[in-house]
Amino acid sequence: MTDTRPLVPSLWSGFVGIVRRDILLAWKRPGDVLNPLFFFAMVSTLFPLALGPSSEQLGSIGPGVIWVAALLAALLSLNSLFVSDFEDGSLDQLLLSPQPLTVLALGKAIGHWMVSGLPLVVISPLVAISFHMPDQSIKVMAVTLFFGTLSLSLLGSIGAALTVGLHRGTALLSLLILPLAMPVLIFGARTVSLSTSDDAVSAGVYFLAAYCMLALTLAPFATAAALRISNE
Amino acid sequence: MMEVLAMGGYGNFVWGAYGLTIIVLAVCIVGGPVRHTKAINDVRHRIRAMEAKS
Amino acid sequence: MWKFFHKLASPPHFYQFAGKIVPWFAVIAIACIGYGGFAGLFVAPADYQQGDAFRIIYVHVPASYLSMMAYSIMAISAGIGLIWRIKLSHAVAAAAAPLGAWFTFLALATGSIWGKPMWGTWWEWGDPRLTSELLLLFLYIGYMALRASIDDIAKADKASAVLALVGVVNVPIIHFSVEWWSSLHQGPTLVREGGPAMAPDMLYPLLAMILGFTFLFGALLLGRVRTEVLYREYRARWVRELLLGDGGTT
Repeated sequence: MTDTRPLVPSLWSGFVGIVRRDILLAWKRPGDVLNPLFFFAMVSTLFPLALGPSSEQLGSIGPGVIWVAALLAALLSLNSLFVSDFEDGSLDQLLLSPQPLTVLALGKAIGHWMVSGLPLVVISPLVAISFHMPDQSIKVMAVTLFFGTLSLSLLGSIGAALTVGLHRGTALLSLLILPLAMPVLIFGARTVSLSTSDDAVSAGVYFLAAYCMLALTLAPFATAAALRISNE
Repeated sequence: MMEVLAMGGYGNFVWGAYGLTIIVLAVCIVGGPVRHTKAINDVRHRIRAMEAKS
Repeated sequence: MWKFFHKLASPPHFYQFAGKIVPWFAVIAIACIGYGGFAGLFVAPADYQQGDAFRIIYVHVPASYLSMMAYSIMAISAGIGLIWRIKLSHAVAAAAAPLGAWFTFLALATGSIWGKPMWGTWWEWGDPRLTSELLLLFLYIGYMALRASIDDIAKADKASAVLALVGVVNVPIIHFSVEWWSSLHQGPTLVREGGPAMAPDMLYPLLAMILGFTFLFGALLLGRVRTEVLYREYRARWVRELLLGDGGTT
């Protein structure tokens, strides 16, 4: 019986392979997924605990607090994006594989997002409710976090690639990513704030979506370049 | 003279800004040759160390 | 002409050439800043809205302009170094970063000092230009931190080049932020249709200061690149001959 599989694996199979692999790895080690989520939830609760439970105050700081907590949780999970691959040699395999490294880098970022960002988007309504945010804000919060966490995974992968293998790379990673993440934070949090006062939010959402598209198309190139540089 | 210092009531701000500028520029201007001399000494050491080894 | 630039990419030639140029740049800078500073402080008439406080413009605008110019130079030379593998280009990027960071700090500080009497506040978080300029400072710091954390110079060059290029998107954002978003900051005064919106006796000192700061930056940059070159090329014979004099091993 002849084997009709293509001799060289396709771009798509390379991409899907990477995403599947990261999802499977996360499935086997649920802690990797749950820890940042718990961190997100707990950091969010720190503010009501510290500032007191006054409802209007919570409603007004809610968008900002939740967004900052999401950003910090993303930073936390980005640290290990390439580290385990670096340590067990899979990173070298990625660099040697026939697919363009850009596609594989995109796969890593998307895989990371599906495992850390998406769950965060899913539980964000719970946290938003605890901040007494109105219903339309909860929807807007989820939408902005959707684009925002995707942008963070993509931009973060650049920083993670630049700092992989570096001594004390963790703090440096945060330092590198935060300037890139600031526009996301600003627009994300402000848009949700606007929604609590029933102002128009479409401009902010469009901006976030556009920034996300920019990251989606350009970040993998930078990540791939950074991976090659870090690994020579 | 006092008018010049007062700068129409904004004296602190104007002179504060200019003073800060002078300080920062001075740091950069003085820093350049200082670092360069240090570099010359460091590199001399390194070259000598390199040749002593070979 | 092309040969001239080509020669410049060679470290020893650059070292010599830059060494000769720096004094000239310094002289021009002193002249321009001297005139601009004096005229700006004492000769230009007070602004009818802002009074004498507007004189801060003569240090604030040059600093801001240079903070963005320095980043562009850093990003462009990092990109050239990355794509065409010219080591000297990487040295230029490395030298530009600390200078750019200082000018950014100066822009933020003088702007803040100017803002207090004019807008009533030292800082305004909602303002897009202030925020993006602050972001610029963080980008510089991140760049320098990344460089410092990688021991191998070639690797540090390339990694920080990627970072510089990723961050260059911020520079047009700073510049156009006052047009795209509502801001406390005034709109463009110099580069606009219909020419500058300033009276000549206020304008000329400003142009002189901008020019003077630019030449000052150029002199400082060239000096720093020379220092970088020494550290990077210490194994080369020309360095040895330059520093230890020719003749004889020690």
